[in-house]
Amino acid sequence: MNFFSITRYGLASLMLCVALSAHGEPKTLNTPLLEALTAIKQGSMTQREQAINSLVELKNPRSLVILQALLSGKLFICKDDDKLVIGEPNEQTYQIRDAIDDAPLAPINAEQVSKINLTNKLRSQLRKIIGELELNAEQADTRLAAVKAMNQDIDERMLELLKTRLAIEPDARVKQAIENSLLLQKVDSVDKNERIKAIEQLKTQANLSVVNKLKSLIEKDSDGQFAEADSDIRNLAEAALAKINTQLQVYSAIETVFFGLSLGAVLVLSAIGLAITFGVMGVINMAHGELMMIGAYTTYVIQQILPNQLGLSVILAIPAAFVIAGLVGIAIERGIIRFLYGRPLETLLATFGISLFLQQTVRSIFSPLNRSVATPEWMSGSWQINDFLSLTWNRFYILIFCLLVFVLLLQILKHTRLGLEVRAVAQNRRMAKAMGIPTARVDAMTFGLGSGIAGVAGVALSQITNVGPNLGQSYIVDSFMVVVFGGVGNLLGTLVAGFSLGIANKFLEPFAGAVLAKILVLIFIILFIQKRPRGLFPQKGRAADS
Amino acid sequence: MKNYLQTGKKLLGVLAISAALFGTAQAEDTIKVGVLHSLSGTMAISETTLKDTMLMLIDEQNKKGGLLGKKLEPVVVDPASNWPLFAEKARELLTKDKVSAIFGCWTSVSRKSVLPVIEELNGILFYPVQYEGEESSKNVFYTGAAPNQQAIPAVDYLMNDLKVKRWVLAGTDYVYPRTTNKILEAYLKAKGVAKKDIMINYTPFGHSDWQSIVADIKKFGSAGKKTAVVSTINGDANVPFYKELGNQGVSAENIPVVAFSVGEEELSGIDTKPLVGHLAAWNYFMSIDTTKNAEFIKQWKDYIKNPKRVTNDPMEAHYIGFNMWVKAVEKAGTTDPDAVQKAMIGIEYPNLTGGVSKMLPNHHITKPVLIGEIQDDGQFVTVWQTNKLVDGDAWSDFLPESKPIIADWTAPINCGNFNTKTKKCSGQNY
Repeated sequence: MNFFSITRYGLASLMLCVALSAHGEPKTLNTPLLEALTAIKQGSMTQREQAINSLVELKNPRSLVILQALLSGKLFICKDDDKLVIGEPNEQTYQIRDAIDDAPLAPINAEQVSKINLTNKLRSQLRKIIGELELNAEQADTRLAAVKAMNQDIDERMLELLKTRLAIEPDARVKQAIENSLLLQKVDSVDKNERIKAIEQLKTQANLSVVNKLKSLIEKDSDGQFAEADSDIRNLAEAALAKINTQLQVYSAIETVFFGLSLGAVLVLSAIGLAITFGVMGVINMAHGELMMIGAYTTYVIQQILPNQLGLSVILAIPAAFVIAGLVGIAIERGIIRFLYGRPLETLLATFGISLFLQQTVRSIFSPLNRSVATPEWMSGSWQINDFLSLTWNRFYILIFCLLVFVLLLQILKHTRLGLEVRAVAQNRRMAKAMGIPTARVDAMTFGLGSGIAGVAGVALSQITNVGPNLGQSYIVDSFMVVVFGGVGNLLGTLVAGFSLGIANKFLEPFAGAVLAKILVLIFIILFIQKRPRGLFPQKGRAADS
Repeated sequence: MKNYLQTGKKLLGVLAISAALFGTAQAEDTIKVGVLHSLSGTMAISETTLKDTMLMLIDEQNKKGGLLGKKLEPVVVDPASNWPLFAEKARELLTKDKVSAIFGCWTSVSRKSVLPVIEELNGILFYPVQYEGEESSKNVFYTGAAPNQQAIPAVDYLMNDLKVKRWVLAGTDYVYPRTTNKILEAYLKAKGVAKKDIMINYTPFGHSDWQSIVADIKKFGSAGKKTAVVSTINGDANVPFYKELGNQGVSAENIPVVAFSVGEEELSGIDTKPLVGHLAAWNYFMSIDTTKNAEFIKQWKDYIKNPKRVTNDPMEAHYIGFNMWVKAVEKAGTTDPDAVQKAMIGIEYPNLTGGVSKMLPNHHITKPVLIGEIQDDGQFVTVWQTNKLVDGDAWSDFLPESKPIIADWTAPINCGNFNTKTKKCSGQNY
């Protein structure tokens, strides 16, 4: 209580000092600014809203900086002295600067500051305000974003602002964006000729606001009356929409194919290790999913070791997961599976037991709760090609990564001594042994290779799904499905099967829903296996018959 | 005279000894409380916390001197996220351990599994989780939210405050989301929302590939009308869902998602960056600023010996439920189920958000409804709340078939499924 009153008192005297000195430097420090900032510190959101508005009206050069900091969540209150600061997180501490005079202050612990919270309403309000203030910013990109932010909900005053900006705007893209906004407004003008002209011009630009504007023109209201009374305008809008729509259909098809490929990439990645252990060696490894889980947890552990290097930690996790999952795989093979070759049922049961054992081990070490693996900056967000087509980066990278792993694996099998031995043992174990190949060692290495690749798949999965003890279980069925569909013992088959199942699933999903789409794909595979038990690309020759 | 005195002394002595004997016998006698929460399997993540909450509450009550002069004794069993096992364990608790009340269950399917057992053996179950309604049993007290205490107010908030015109109802494919969405769809249509402005989508448990669904939501939401997603997506499928929303550039400002199954506990294990600004509707938030709540949080953190642990809505439901039960037993003066069931109705107990919750004749309680926005520290900022407590409604008024049905466990109706039109009680036909 005492402490409290002291801080209160301290704050009051501080404010007094600042207010007094404000007379000396009216430009940077003044009482209205301080008042607004005190209001911003209050808990209630309405007070915060008022404070933001008064900050804008002040037109103080610090306003924009403070509002930007507020929007990006960098505005804090120091718990000790109740001071408003702008902070940059730096490991466990914050680099802070005084919000009012921008003076650098000593770094402070994360626990000693509390962030000023925002709600969606305030956030969008701020974005609009900052948009207005940033319309005259230096960078063209900032201006472009500002125009787009203003587009959401435009009024007369903003139109004037945009018009004045258009006259002096040097950048072509920003210019076009402003012209676009103005054109959209013209569609609603009173002059019919002007409206027709505006629609004609808009027709050539396929972007979201244009489509929505046109759609609103041809829409019926709840009584079945057209919202737009003029039938000429309506027909014109309809024609324009039809033209844009064909374009949209192409985009949506491209998008679906991409979704399918990326789902396929996940399937291929999780199945490819199994394609080696099951396909080449003939071991039904039910613990395959848990090897992926080990890979995902490796990513988590490396991220814990390098908390500030997200990108690096994910890249480092790839070889680490390969080695760790590979070693676990070799241990499983040497310890259990090698005694069970040629007895598929026992192998199945034993590996199922191993999978339970691994899950419980992970539960004991990391707790049954899911662990959060952060996604590095370059893997979040999406590649915005235009308003209607965007590809998410994480999926994009996983697709590329999947192809890389596949090519690398193929090269290992084709061009290295290990690959040669693996193929020899797979084709005819006894003959290979007779030729002096150490089959036991090759078995262990092959199993290790398959397991290592499962670990690598786990790294990729950690970026798109939950890292928890049950991670493996949700992928094991899919993995077997892909390998069996593609043809046991054929890596290329796995690739083709994974991608085609992914694309089929994604084309079915919009019509059938996620649940039914999956069921339909499963039914298709069952029927397919009835007809062609050896999958898409069956192995030929004597090895296949044995 | 002397003789008389002697006899009197002897009598007194005998009395004293017997009183002492009786007293020790009394002290050894305890009131058993069953805790029926999964400690392993998929639901362990959420339910283990509730088991710990119960142990803490019982411990606290014993420190205050127990109940009716006896100590409370928790009996913890593990139904292992296995729905039929819930019924077996409930039977074991009631017949073997002879517990006076059971606190437990999380998923609706586990409650439905316990229901026949608890009715057959006339036990008492306190169910602490928000659920789909359309049920009221003589033997169950529902301390979580009914749809009109969570889903309907959330939709009202979106409709009135955020001016939402288009709706995506996304859920996991099982009974709670399906029933809730049925109620919501009927409600929205009654409010004049056209069919083409409602999109309904179901996904399997643990769904992880949200690309096309999020793309669909994005397309659905880019039609120039304000769109919101009402999410009954359950469990860990939420993480990839929000991640995909973030990656595809769907922000809370464009298309807010209001979730009914995402609370502090769920947020504590995940990267909250893509979730900031999205909404959740509950009857309690850890961030609520009341002295009672501060005490509860402190008590919980001390008990669990981890300053980072969070509190959540079902925990508060157990807190209210347990204390109501204590009050009802004290009022009835016995733990006899029939007497306690009768005494429960009308019992009031202060909740943690500043109001006083009351047990209604339909075995549901009054609760405030809060809508909060997720912050990056995994906590909620309350953006809206009802100005008074809302009565839990067992049978939704927005479904034509359950509109005339009411539940009232007081005389003269004494029925959980009473049709006000035909004046008939349909018994256990849920």
